[in-house]
Amino acid sequence: MVDRSFIGLRSRTFSMPIEWGKVREFARAIKDPNPAYLDPDFARRVHGGIPIPPTFLMTSMAWEIPEWESGKVVQLDYGNGVHGEQEFELLKPIFVGDVLSWTERIADIHEKAGARGGMMKFAIIEGNYFNQRGDQVAISRSVLIEFPPRTQAQ
Amino acid sequence: MAAAIKYDDVRVGDELPRLVIGPLTRQDIVQYAGAAWDFSPLHYDQPFVEAAGLPNVVVMGMLTAGMASRCVTDYAGAGQVRRYKVRFMARIYPGDIITCGGRITGKLEENGEPMVDGELTVTNQKGEVALSGSFRAVVGLARPGC
Repeated sequence: MVDRSFIGLRSRTFSMPIEWGKVREFARAIKDPNPAYLDPDFARRVHGGIPIPPTFLMTSMAWEIPEWESGKVVQLDYGNGVHGEQEFELLKPIFVGDVLSWTERIADIHEKAGARGGMMKFAIIEGNYFNQRGDQVAISRSVLIEFPPRTQAQ
Repeated sequence: MAAAIKYDDVRVGDELPRLVIGPLTRQDIVQYAGAAWDFSPLHYDQPFVEAAGLPNVVVMGMLTAGMASRCVTDYAGAGQVRRYKVRFMARIYPGDIITCGGRITGKLEENGEPMVDGELTVTNQKGEVALSGSFRAVVGLARPGC
């Protein structure tokens, strides 16, 4: 069960290389045939490098699990909770060849009354990403939502 | 795919290229699970989802968000998106067909870069809104990648 005592918890610093194989695999998984992701010569000619899809930083989970899994950190009830919102601020371009470092933290936890009664709990998890030159390149915000416990009336 | 967009040619209210994708399959879910390392049992474990009262495994919201991001990158070009925000409104299941669309809601310059703001919607084949989102993207600097 999510509660406010988790606010401020922070992961260690993780690091990952941005690799073409992973970008290509991710682009195929989201069904995007853009040659920017699939054809390195095209990408370098047109974009000055191989860019990443807007939601590519989801792959950073592969470098965090099992050490840090936000839903488990805030003890989200997976049978009664969802990933409700996701935001990426992409502050500077990220290309294949970059090496990103980041930490995740539990930025906030709050409650709101649910439409069907009971309190819904919201956990906001924020990741701050830097490249190998120390520039901040991205901020990720995830909102995990836990619904009120089910009652017999529902 | 879309031709290059020039900032001066953008009008508030312009529509993004509409995309229809599907029917989505369990293989699509598995492929994304591997690509993104998203191994919540909600997405592959039939007994788990049935115990949770759901009819089937659920397509990851972030897979839907990823497919929908192509609306923006087809318009503005790959690597041009500066902000991408999505809210998940309804579950998508294997067999569903999604339609992604959006429109430009504003034009602005930030740090000398010409940008557009826009909104994004994904509906299922019944017309229910599954995802609602917003974005900011640079236009007219690099040639769009498609």
